[in-house]
Amino acid sequence: MIAEPPTADVLLQAEGVTKTYPGVVALAGADLRVRPGEVHALVGQNGAGKSTLVKILTGAVRRDAGTLIFDGRPINFSSPQDAQANGISTIYQEINLVGYRSVAENIFMGREPRRLGLINWRAMNREAARLLDHVGVHLDVRQPLMTFNIALQQMVAIARAVSFQSKLVVMDEPTSSLDDREVETLFTVIRGLRDQGVAVVFITHRLDELYAVCDRVTIMRDGRTVAERAMNEVTKLELVASMLGRDLGEVQQRGATGFDASTHKVEREPLLEAVHLQRGRSLQDASVSVRRGEIVGLAGLLGSGRTEVARVIFGADRPERGEIAYQGRRTSFSAPAEAIRAGVGYCSEDRKAEGIIPHLSVRDNLTLAALPVLSRHGVVDRARQREIVDRFISRLGIKTSGPEQTIRELSGGNQQKVLLARWLCLHPKLLILDEPTRGIDVGAKIEIQSLIDELAKDGLGVLMISSEIEELTEGSDRVAVLREGRTVAELSRSEISQDAVITAMAHADEDPTAVEGA
Amino acid sequence: MGQPVEARAMIPQRTPAWARGASLLQRQGALIALVGVALFGVLRYGETFYSSYNFWETLRNNSYFALIALGMAFVIMTGGIDLSVGSVVALSAVVAARLSPEGIYLATGAAMAAGLAVGVTNGLVIARFSVQPFIVTLASLLGARGMALLVAGNATVPVDFEHGFIDIGQREIGPVPLPVVLVVIAYALGSLLLNFTRFGRHVLALGGNEEAARLAGLPIGRILISVYAMSGMLAGLAGAILAGLAFSGPPTAALGWELSAIAAVVVGGTLLTGGMGSVGATLAGVLLIGLIFNVLNFERGRGVFNLTVYWENVIRGVFLLLVVLFQHRLTRALRLRS
Amino acid sequence: MARTKPTGQAPRLAPLSFPAVRGTARQHGALAALLLLVLFNALFTARFLTVTSMRVNLTQVATITIVAVGMTFVIATGGIDLSVGSLMAISGAIAPKIFLSDRFPFDAPVLGVALAIVVPVLAAGLGGSFNGVMVAWFRIQPIIATLVLFLAGRGIAQVITGGALVSFREPSFQYLGMGRPLGIPFQVILMVVIVAIAAWVLRSTIFGRYVLATGDNEPAAWLAGVPVRRVKLVVYTVSGLLAGLAGLISIAINSSSDANQDGQLMELDAIAAVAVGGTPLTGGQASIVGTLIGALIIQLLRYTLLSHGVSDAAARVVTAVAIVLAVLLQRRER
Repeated sequence: MIAEPPTADVLLQAEGVTKTYPGVVALAGADLRVRPGEVHALVGQNGAGKSTLVKILTGAVRRDAGTLIFDGRPINFSSPQDAQANGISTIYQEINLVGYRSVAENIFMGREPRRLGLINWRAMNREAARLLDHVGVHLDVRQPLMTFNIALQQMVAIARAVSFQSKLVVMDEPTSSLDDREVETLFTVIRGLRDQGVAVVFITHRLDELYAVCDRVTIMRDGRTVAERAMNEVTKLELVASMLGRDLGEVQQRGATGFDASTHKVEREPLLEAVHLQRGRSLQDASVSVRRGEIVGLAGLLGSGRTEVARVIFGADRPERGEIAYQGRRTSFSAPAEAIRAGVGYCSEDRKAEGIIPHLSVRDNLTLAALPVLSRHGVVDRARQREIVDRFISRLGIKTSGPEQTIRELSGGNQQKVLLARWLCLHPKLLILDEPTRGIDVGAKIEIQSLIDELAKDGLGVLMISSEIEELTEGSDRVAVLREGRTVAELSRSEISQDAVITAMAHADEDPTAVEGA
Repeated sequence: MGQPVEARAMIPQRTPAWARGASLLQRQGALIALVGVALFGVLRYGETFYSSYNFWETLRNNSYFALIALGMAFVIMTGGIDLSVGSVVALSAVVAARLSPEGIYLATGAAMAAGLAVGVTNGLVIARFSVQPFIVTLASLLGARGMALLVAGNATVPVDFEHGFIDIGQREIGPVPLPVVLVVIAYALGSLLLNFTRFGRHVLALGGNEEAARLAGLPIGRILISVYAMSGMLAGLAGAILAGLAFSGPPTAALGWELSAIAAVVVGGTLLTGGMGSVGATLAGVLLIGLIFNVLNFERGRGVFNLTVYWENVIRGVFLLLVVLFQHRLTRALRLRS
Repeated sequence: MARTKPTGQAPRLAPLSFPAVRGTARQHGALAALLLLVLFNALFTARFLTVTSMRVNLTQVATITIVAVGMTFVIATGGIDLSVGSLMAISGAIAPKIFLSDRFPFDAPVLGVALAIVVPVLAAGLGGSFNGVMVAWFRIQPIIATLVLFLAGRGIAQVITGGALVSFREPSFQYLGMGRPLGIPFQVILMVVIVAIAAWVLRSTIFGRYVLATGDNEPAAWLAGVPVRRVKLVVYTVSGLLAGLAGLISIAINSSSDANQDGQLMELDAIAAVAVGGTPLTGGQASIVGTLIGALIIQLLRYTLLSHGVSDAAARVVTAVAIVLAVLLQRRER
């Protein structure tokens, strides 16, 4: 893609980097070129390969193939420390420092200054204060790190990174837990680094931030680099379109999914109506409604509050403000079990951490939520259980050696089918699906999509969160768009188009009902 | 480097007073309570309470707990646990008693070496095979007790009075019993180690966030082996003192001491999840528990109530419960804030 | 994992015969070790295959197994229960108070003995519930939560008895430890019944599934509607109840209650039996039959060593090494 040869003003040149994990191609030829003293954005959807590329740069993961030239020398780091010693430091999304220890200790962890074999606290504190001064922060370096807010902790991490005389600092979603003011502070520091000649690779899902601080941007999709542009030459819309791999003009798409929304018979009465949900910073003012027989798509970039909406509706989190009406009655489920009894199901986006019970069998995983129904006096009715399990294994085409196989041995797609069956065997009224087809191969994906479609035809209400634009445009009867924790648009069947969804996700200027984000 | 960055948006956040108070309570609560109980004792019982006899005897009788608790504190600061120390005390008491004719240095040294051997074994298995500390030290709890019985030949080993070994428990330097001197030295060294060496800071870093410690390139295996070795060695010293005080090496001694030591460490404000702890506060925790029982003794002597010695365990348990609930609230409050 | 064909009937009504026990390789390993021990003893230990020697071994293993069954449930949820030994002491301290008391003018001695069994067991169960509340509601680490009762529980037992050894002769109560219907020690029958019920509960009831789901992936279980707090409360309560029962058996055998000694180190024996039986301490998987096998292995290992002239002390060292090896081997298989 980037044909230019490495020149003197290129600090980092990565070309054709590939990485394959068992069963997954994470990188299929990624390129990245960073100049000294520039802030370089790296963007892409989930699974685009950003984090794998970053891990290779910082020595956490070894590449399979490709060249990496840093500061004029080919590199192949064996560990993060190795990378650090050679001038590349990383700031992680979750701050990888020790909260109980003082700011100064965190900055000098592993190389504390000593005198006569003992730690020289005075020198350490003085040096720490000086380093923080460089990034424009003045605080009591003797206090435990955890007594400061996340932004300041982030600054401490940066000060640590800078203290290694780094030429390149990689920041992996440093702003994901910062509020606006804190983000501004971080940007001040980043600009300062740039002025000192330090290059920054900046990863974020928030588009506004790219324009605020970045000079250039590299866009990745499906493990490849698809474009490298100067920030001031690319519009937000173009950016989102190329992240999603969509041609903007091409609004009319032939169906690439298993959906056919035109056949849904949507009822009038709402099944679920949630208004003005608010919880913490991530959920500001979100409203969404679902009717029987309707698939409602919930669109938004990562961190827009999509998952938070789902969890609040399902009773996994308590809303701080807002109202939820379910089947015409005001409700607030206090626990998932309560929601389940009322006929609601929820497939989490994190299948491994919040979905499967890894060491239990397909049978147990499939019937876990249905056990109260399948038991009499606490004893599981084996015959009925078996009947249901067999029925769903054949109905959803779950590929397994048998109901007693442990679920972790199944492929991602089959695990997802089991989790769907976990809810379907309860005959739910409302199903909340968070990224139902993420990380699933194409065949299984279409099967799952047509299954969801069929269920809606049978009168099930579905709230579907997805990062895949076709899934939303082809599957949904309505699409609600979230941005920064607020519902910024609601598109009806006739209004749904890739353009419209992308526009609303990126910026809602065009939408009169939009609530302007701070 | 270049110009300092413009810092208009930077308002370094001050910790609110209540949070500082809470964290002070967490760190120094045991000391504050200790002073309180001591003051109560002095005012209520006067001379008999602060008589040098009561003072030094109380310290002497808590010396072995203090030593075990110190090692345990380091282990817990890494996020681990050492269940073997009670058995190690018994083993090394037996070893010391057996070697008591060889004099104080050799017998004590051998006792500490026995403890060290158990500790290093614990550390190696935990670090190299990453088996849970709980299980490893549980096995060595059983194993070391067996070794103690083996070395002792299933009977309490009498101590030789001729060659000066009993000094380890009985000798006094001025008014100060030798075990107390050893405790003071051990705690001084421990405090130095924790606060002024890389090793000490890395112990806390490892317990606070293992992933961060790994990323910073700290020698995690070496740290783990060292803390378990230390814990074993200190338990060994405690065993030698026990033999010197009891004039014998009883292989069945010190049953359940590991859990009492854990309780003392927790009372001292060290977090069981690791990453936070203090040597001084651990000593305060040990002494606080010791002093409470001392005060109860005095109350019993005055006939205020008639609590049998068996209340000791109840009180220890309830006390641990209160401390744990208190810490639970405190850390949650601090977490929620940050 | 045995790969069964999806079609075909599941074996029905064959719950406890060994071929039907769906175990993982590690439990088969434990079973193989047990069989080896039995074989070795049959060949080389004099009078091993006699009724007396069987009775001795089974009697000794009964209390440990009963406690270890409760421990298995606790460990399956990812917890641990250090308080079982102290709860044994409490129930052992309460029982003689009841059947030796003159305050109850029992015309019906049956009632007295029944009370002497029910009340202590319930008291121990209450202690278990306390552990459960601390772990599930206050979210205190299981080690520490149960350490509280480990310390205080023995103290309470000692306070109840005044620390003195209480000797008694009360045949109807002592049937628990001395009775031999059909020549089989009563506590062995009790053990078999408890193991069978527990294995059935773990396998066939909703509670059993909830226990495993909670220990394996708590957030996912909660999102699937599993009442994880209640599950934890119940397992700790059951562990307490079973410890209480074991405490009664142990004083019945001794004809005396000694609050200083009853149940001493029981928590460690029970945990060792669970670990050797192939239940990982990380939770989410459990085998009750494995625990029984684990307890038998530890008992037989000791018996073998002792009957071949190895000292009790050396036998302990060997046992310790065996436990670490067992856990190490299981870790490798994961």
